[in-house]
Amino acid sequence: MTSILLPEAEAEIEAIVAEAASSNSPLAIHGGGTRDIGRPVQAARILSTQAMTGITLYEPSEMVIAARAGTKLAEIEATLKASRQRLPFEPIDWRPLLGTRGEPTLGGVTASNAAGPRRIQAGAARDHLIGIRAVTGRGETIKSGGRVMKNVTGYDLVKLMAGSWGTLGILTEVTYKVLPEAETETTLILEGLSAERAVEAMSMALGTPFEITGAAHIPGAPSQTLLRFEGFTASCAYRRDRLVAILKPFGAATAIEGDASQALWRPIADVTALGDAPGDAVWRISVKPSEGPAVGGRLETELGSSLLYDWGGGQIWASARDEGDAGAAIVRAAIAPGGHATLVRASPVTRAAVPVFEPQPAAVVAMAEKVRAEFDPAGVLNPGRMG
Amino acid sequence: MSAILMPKPDERVLARRDAIIAGLAALLPAASLITEEDERRAYETDALTAYRQIPLAVVLPQTTEEVSAVMKFLNAEGVKVVARGAGTSLAGGALPTADAVVLGVSKMNRILEIDTANRTIRVEAGVTNLGVSGAVNHLGFFYAPDPSSQLACTIAGNIAMNSGGAHCLKYGVTTNNVLGIKMVLVDGTVVEIGGAALDSAGYDLLGLMVGSEGQLGIVTEATLRILPIAEGARPMLMGFQSAEACGACVAAIIGSGIIPVAIEYMDRPAIKVCEAFAHAGYPLDVEALLIIEVEGSEAEIADLIGRITAIAAEFNPSTMKVSQSEAESAAIWKGRKSAFGAMGRIADYMCMDGTIPTGCLPQVLTGISDICAGYGLQVANIFHAGDGNLHPLVLFNANQPGELEKAEDAGADILKLCVEVGGCLTGEHGVGVEKRELMIHQFNKIDLDQQMRVKTALDPQWLLNPHKVFPLEGRPV
Repeated sequence: MTSILLPEAEAEIEAIVAEAASSNSPLAIHGGGTRDIGRPVQAARILSTQAMTGITLYEPSEMVIAARAGTKLAEIEATLKASRQRLPFEPIDWRPLLGTRGEPTLGGVTASNAAGPRRIQAGAARDHLIGIRAVTGRGETIKSGGRVMKNVTGYDLVKLMAGSWGTLGILTEVTYKVLPEAETETTLILEGLSAERAVEAMSMALGTPFEITGAAHIPGAPSQTLLRFEGFTASCAYRRDRLVAILKPFGAATAIEGDASQALWRPIADVTALGDAPGDAVWRISVKPSEGPAVGGRLETELGSSLLYDWGGGQIWASARDEGDAGAAIVRAAIAPGGHATLVRASPVTRAAVPVFEPQPAAVVAMAEKVRAEFDPAGVLNPGRMG
Repeated sequence: MSAILMPKPDERVLARRDAIIAGLAALLPAASLITEEDERRAYETDALTAYRQIPLAVVLPQTTEEVSAVMKFLNAEGVKVVARGAGTSLAGGALPTADAVVLGVSKMNRILEIDTANRTIRVEAGVTNLGVSGAVNHLGFFYAPDPSSQLACTIAGNIAMNSGGAHCLKYGVTTNNVLGIKMVLVDGTVVEIGGAALDSAGYDLLGLMVGSEGQLGIVTEATLRILPIAEGARPMLMGFQSAEACGACVAAIIGSGIIPVAIEYMDRPAIKVCEAFAHAGYPLDVEALLIIEVEGSEAEIADLIGRITAIAAEFNPSTMKVSQSEAESAAIWKGRKSAFGAMGRIADYMCMDGTIPTGCLPQVLTGISDICAGYGLQVANIFHAGDGNLHPLVLFNANQPGELEKAEDAGADILKLCVEVGGCLTGEHGVGVEKRELMIHQFNKIDLDQQMRVKTALDPQWLLNPHKVFPLEGRPV
């Protein structure tokens, strides 16, 4: 029977972790429970941050927001929206893809270094995260960074905590730089391109000064290649006209404006298309954009994968049958020239048997293990989750 | 004498100097090893020139393999290593010790690969910041972080210090623009972290390395993001009769949804000195000046300048001037970018580097004036207003005994004030030796211990860039 602990303050978490470390009884760390990614954690107790809620600082004119880790992402987004601001990195909502329930939290967004299509221009959660408080596996609360966006005081443990999936510390409060919402947005759609041609088109557009904030390719009949730009209305109109002209070699582009454009991108961010076959495994693959089509083509041929290309071709979502190694050998061979793949969806049995995260060179593994040992010497925080 | 003390050198290492040099000579071509005192003297300080120490020896490897061999040898010998880019650190980040070998990256200065399709460039770590942009400008791209020292400073140093610059408000700092590095650990192990993809697997060790001030490894290569050059860019000048009005104007511009590519602030003393040097057309009858740059097409620039002008009008600017030509734009930036050099012509100064929440600007500027007045010193303020990164220049006379110490004390008080209002000790220069002892004002013992544990994990003997970043007291033995 798994018990769930719902601490309301850092001191409580410190006490729980200290006890866990001394009794050698690991904890599974949860936020909203929407990101069941990584190896299943064997722990008798779940420590959830869901009772650690509340926005602790919001200064729109300083473009900064801080909140306790269990604060729901929806609350953060609504608060920002009221001042016409947003988290710039368009975090993925994993629920459609993973079939999870619950509510995404800001801590979960941080621990998973979430990012959506806008990452290609704006970066991921780590690029906007400017401060953290966390309880380490030693049962000590540490802080790093702060509430100002330029800060090189000491080591950047902020970045290290982003994407560490709760294995270095339990985030208790996070601070983000935010940006203004765009006045409007436009998406240009090219139809019928092969993945190779689509990446060429996206690369050409991304090489212009017109600040593309989304570049995705949806295979199909016909395929669709989407290019988004955002800003003030007149600027978007200008960029639209220039880009349409530049993209002529790839065919006629259709422009979708404003809310209609917005509606196109949420399903891409959340990879909704691959959520339709819940029995399949899903890989998230990160490669050099120009290598995307070759990788995707190989997975289509050898694994029968359904694909979605984002980040100009550099991020590929690919399905595979959830049996055997869920295609791991083929996926990892395909990206061998340089890249990495994460098995984001598969049964717990598969995820326990296949390395979920990309295996690292021995020297890097050694570095990571040394670092982890300094944060969580007893190995009680999400043990095994990252491999 | 100055207030910042360095520990005594390790006599056992000094006594073995000949053997250590012989060992290095076996690993490197003769031209890559500097042992004569006159030549070593060129490496005795960086841009924090008040502190000097001739190092044990200097090595200038040409390849990652040479760096690896040197590190393996020095690690086995227990010899400290101070990595050095171009020596432009303002915080003493590259200050040697007598028992340390300086490892300079100046001979590793090749551009290795330009990939415009994927918008990346791979360079050796000794390439200058401006050299990166120079390699891709003709292809329509640039490298975004732009420290004022960009003509000289190297990518190695930029990574060590997580350098920023005037245009980082829009484009981020170094950590947002590095995709991968090749580095050598203290024991000579070569590792590659990240690469040409947008993210990498596992922990964000790249994020940890950037800004670690050469204490966790020696970076020898980097893969950097390059960005398309904007169609055009234009700065404008705005002068105000008070810091309050100026600060409120910055907040209103950002609150309106406009993120200019740069918002730079100067106070009256800074304006006077910069104008005398660069003849940039800065107004001399104002208390505070903003340089705001926007970019885009001609129509976009006109639209943004129109919006900004309308917002600023509410704060009664006494000057509002938009650059009318390339030459004028260049002069405006020349004035700003040469501010520190221009100030150096009229006085000695300590260039501080703290950050604050921008809402505290008027309060902090008053505090800075009061602190300096209390020490009988003058101060000029120049900074990145959009992100609250202050650069107070505390003026003093180095020939007057006791003045440097007074300036250092005033600087320390200013940085403590930055921390008190929610800011930090350094926004882009780094801690180095300069702010080492101030770290206890921003971090408690638990915070510092955790950072030091990371140091110990990756450099167990604390050989890499010793005596920097962390207060001397309280370090692990």
